[in-house]
Amino acid sequence: MMLNAPIPLLMITPLAAAVICMLLSERSRLLVSFAAVLIQLLASLSLLLLLLQQGPITHPLGSWEAPLGIALRADGLAVLFVLMTSVVAGIAALYAALYLTPGPLRAHFWPLFWFMWAALNGIWLAADIFNLYVGLELLSLAAVGLVAFSGSKEALVAAIRYLLAALLGSLAYLLGVALLYGAHGTLSLSDLSQQMQPGVASSIALAAMAMGLLLKSALFPLHTWLPPAHGGAMTPVSALLSALVIKASLYILLRLWIELRIHELAPDASQLLGWMGALAIAWGGWMALRQTLLKRVVAYSTVAQIGYIMLMFPLLRADNAEASTLALQGGVLMVLSHALAKAGMFLAAGNLILCTGRPELSALAGTSQYRPLSIFGFGLAGVSLMGLPPSGGFSAKWLLLQSALASAQWWWIPVMLLGGLLSAAYVFRVFHYSFKEAENSDTFHRPGVGLEICALALSAASILLGFIATWPLHLLTLPDILPLAVLPEGSLEQSLELLQTPTYETLHGTSEQQP
Amino acid sequence: MMNLLPLIVLMTSFLAAMVIFMLPEQEHRLRSLVNLGAAVLKIALILLLIQYVVAGFRPELRLEVLPGLSMILRADALAMLFAGLSSMLWLFTTLYAIGYLEGSPNRSRFFGFFSLCVASTMGISLAGNLFTFFIFYELLTLSTYPLIVHRGTPESLRAGRIYLAYTLSGGAVLLIGIVAIYALAGDIEFGDLQRVAEMAPDLHPLLHLVFALLILGLGVKAALVPLHGWLPIAMVAPAPVSALLHAVAVVKAGAFGIVRVVYDVYGIDYSWQQGLLTPLAIVASITILYGSLRALQQTDIKRRLAYSTVSQVSYIILGITLFGPLGTIGGLVHLLHQGLMKVTLFFCAGNYAETLGIHKINELDGVGTRMPLTSAAFTVGAFGMIGLPPVAGFISKWYLGTGALLAGMDWVVAVLVASSLLNAAYFLPLLYRIWFKPVPDSWPHEMITRYRDTAPLLLFPALATALLSIAAGLFAGLQISPVGWAELITLREYLP
Amino acid sequence: MSSSAVIFSLAGIGLCAIGLFGFMLHTHLIRKLLAFNIMGSGVFLLLVGMAQRSGHTDPVPQALVLTGIVVAVSATALALYLIRRWLQLSGSTELPEDDRR
Repeated sequence: MMLNAPIPLLMITPLAAAVICMLLSERSRLLVSFAAVLIQLLASLSLLLLLLQQGPITHPLGSWEAPLGIALRADGLAVLFVLMTSVVAGIAALYAALYLTPGPLRAHFWPLFWFMWAALNGIWLAADIFNLYVGLELLSLAAVGLVAFSGSKEALVAAIRYLLAALLGSLAYLLGVALLYGAHGTLSLSDLSQQMQPGVASSIALAAMAMGLLLKSALFPLHTWLPPAHGGAMTPVSALLSALVIKASLYILLRLWIELRIHELAPDASQLLGWMGALAIAWGGWMALRQTLLKRVVAYSTVAQIGYIMLMFPLLRADNAEASTLALQGGVLMVLSHALAKAGMFLAAGNLILCTGRPELSALAGTSQYRPLSIFGFGLAGVSLMGLPPSGGFSAKWLLLQSALASAQWWWIPVMLLGGLLSAAYVFRVFHYSFKEAENSDTFHRPGVGLEICALALSAASILLGFIATWPLHLLTLPDILPLAVLPEGSLEQSLELLQTPTYETLHGTSEQQP
Repeated sequence: MMNLLPLIVLMTSFLAAMVIFMLPEQEHRLRSLVNLGAAVLKIALILLLIQYVVAGFRPELRLEVLPGLSMILRADALAMLFAGLSSMLWLFTTLYAIGYLEGSPNRSRFFGFFSLCVASTMGISLAGNLFTFFIFYELLTLSTYPLIVHRGTPESLRAGRIYLAYTLSGGAVLLIGIVAIYALAGDIEFGDLQRVAEMAPDLHPLLHLVFALLILGLGVKAALVPLHGWLPIAMVAPAPVSALLHAVAVVKAGAFGIVRVVYDVYGIDYSWQQGLLTPLAIVASITILYGSLRALQQTDIKRRLAYSTVSQVSYIILGITLFGPLGTIGGLVHLLHQGLMKVTLFFCAGNYAETLGIHKINELDGVGTRMPLTSAAFTVGAFGMIGLPPVAGFISKWYLGTGALLAGMDWVVAVLVASSLLNAAYFLPLLYRIWFKPVPDSWPHEMITRYRDTAPLLLFPALATALLSIAAGLFAGLQISPVGWAELITLREYLP
Repeated sequence: MSSSAVIFSLAGIGLCAIGLFGFMLHTHLIRKLLAFNIMGSGVFLLLVGMAQRSGHTDPVPQALVLTGIVVAVSATALALYLIRRWLQLSGSTELPEDDRR
């Protein structure tokens, strides 16, 4: 059964679905896509099981060995991102099927959607820096297509801006790849992590890569392309872009930072990322407060949240295993909960716009009265984004706060808390409009129940994550896996002990029985 | 099963909230049924829990939500004090709210958040560590916001914004404090006093700082001066919400949090030895006097009551700071007494406004003739606040006064006397107007004329809580009275 | 490092710089796209040049450059399509001033 080999399945299904979708009639595209979503979900789950049984897995695609072949690998971090993608993209696909009216528009959506998913899986599972480049490019092209495909003038401008930024970012990244290969003669992340030495070529290479990735992640002040693209796209696309596409470049940055030991070699660069993150929190939050269009508020909130995620970098300290582990856990949890919450929030915002028929915030007056479900979906996601308990966002903030205390970098604490208050301000501003007295009676449209459920499911998942955060975090602590690379010698046992719980031990026990 | 009970208690109001949200707006009867059913069920469950706690059990449920960090729901004696108060007053407030909101729009939303608010209060009382406490503390902020802005007028939206600015900032400060104490001492469960007591002496200054942060964060909701600014502004909310905010939910959550920090995290012995209590006592005394003085200046009934809350809640905090069993009993028992008396006063104020359109104090003239029962209940509440026997407030002040003398803090007695005089000064003129001034020719805006006094659903809760306030004073010697329970807590948990 | 490798690398870096300069400076979209392609060629040249250092030819960079060219061609095609649509819709070859709503 193919499910025994989930890694190739995760790559081939979306690519095949994309190609098949281009060939078929519109109705069949929908059916193929649903089947493929199902396969993706099952494959991600079976990959999770495989990881729990065997530990991290590497898979040479088509049995071609590296360096010429493409090697894929799945460790705890990668599997978490694969699962996140399956959940968010799966629900977004359902939403899109209900949201897009039948016609050429909906027909165009599916091939682009599947190329995007293929690129995402390619990035999560890539084991070398060049495959990451290919994944990034494919992702950018698919995402730009998704922004543009509604065909309006605004969407086109946003798409062109996005494309130019993405191309520049990719090239900067590729330049870094070329320099690294020239200096070290290898592309594999694990080889590089062993050979990495400080040097001019490596520094320039990593600086170029980081710049490119930050541009693609829209970290302040490189964010200007994001709000029009994310705020102007069609609702399911906005959700996919903010929840998943942005995370790809962040994921690569995190991989480089830890595996190439940048946090150890260049702690100043980590601090710089943190301060850029702090500025992003302030600027994104401030701009979100000043928007008049609902989806722009949500888009600027993404700018701020990216800054929040960046705060993990200065907390990854080579000399402090406890702080590093907490920072990594907090950062990854922040990414996961932001993906769920932001996707839920964009979908809920789309529903509210369907209700009122207008994109402005001021149109919301009375919605809390007549469409409480839509507001409720928005509110649940807002709780997680504000970092209020109980939610994934709160648990992540808690871990990051603890990490800041453990590494004695107290100055990040006010940044995090003020950032939370700022996001509360712009989220509650939306509620403020929705609670305003409506002049007339129920004149709102009624978005379909399916659309409401999609938004609510994602938002509720971001809340639920606050209760079950231990198990995604345990995936990060599986033996022989990335975060332990940041620990100094000898502290491994100690930190494992720190993180051990009955759940972990049962997992560990089964893996010993099945060598 | 016993250990699941705290969760079930929490879930009764949480599920009630969810069901109410799902019900269509026009299903008024079904909604009231769900509401009252859940309220009665909760009281029954709490009574069952109290049985277990009296028998010496401590039902507890925990869930690990982050590595090394658990959410704990636990029914100890102190938790039952607050949970008992909330569940009982929830029933009366729900009844009152059903009567109050008769015929107004958005009831589905209102009662949904109302139940969610009570669920948060239950969570606060049953929390077994600071982490769990914080979760429900913030949930309370979220669920009260829609109640405050319920009317959707510019004024109430402004009040909502100010409320959020205060409470969310307070929450952020509290979070720093909690994270810091977790970093210093790990996951401290309530009652686990060894952790702090055995901390190395060089960490003590840090612990003091954290104590200050915790009190600062909690002080916003407890309306300690100068963090009280949101409370009088939040008065624009509908009367049942004000009753809930002042008697059960928000201010009490802050006060209860301070009780937990002093007794169950730092320990009364440690706090006393380190001199942490005296500054807190001074802040509480200032709040008591300032609140009373400001109450005196108000011309709006609800605003006067609001400032009276500022003052009265600090009695609880003052009691906590008095080292010794009597002070403790005084503080804890006032948590209950103030709730009963203040909820009565707010019900009555709501009745005046709804029945006759009376909002200002000078409009109260002769209202005792038109609404004798409401006015009687109001009088009981006011007497209680002043501290006249046999109403419950007298008992609180008695214990506080003797507690202060035993703790060697004689100046507190002066504060108590001064504040009682001020209480009398701002309540007695109201009573005089109500009972002894002539009836005016017309009322400001008479709305309910069908009844001699006011609608039964508005009248009954006010009378019931007024009677309970008297009963709590008269039967203070019984073991089931608030005083009896506070004695049990004091004996069992703080002075072993 | 052989002298030809140095020449390749320097030329590559030079092209990159020229491309970046053009990309930043021009507002005409086609010129921007051309500048991007020049930058891309510079990076490819750098990759090929770096590969020659050990005397024999390293197959990996060749494979990378081939892949890179495919990617660059598709990106250019998409960009051209979008730019043409924009020209049809607005009659302009430049983007409007930054919209910061």
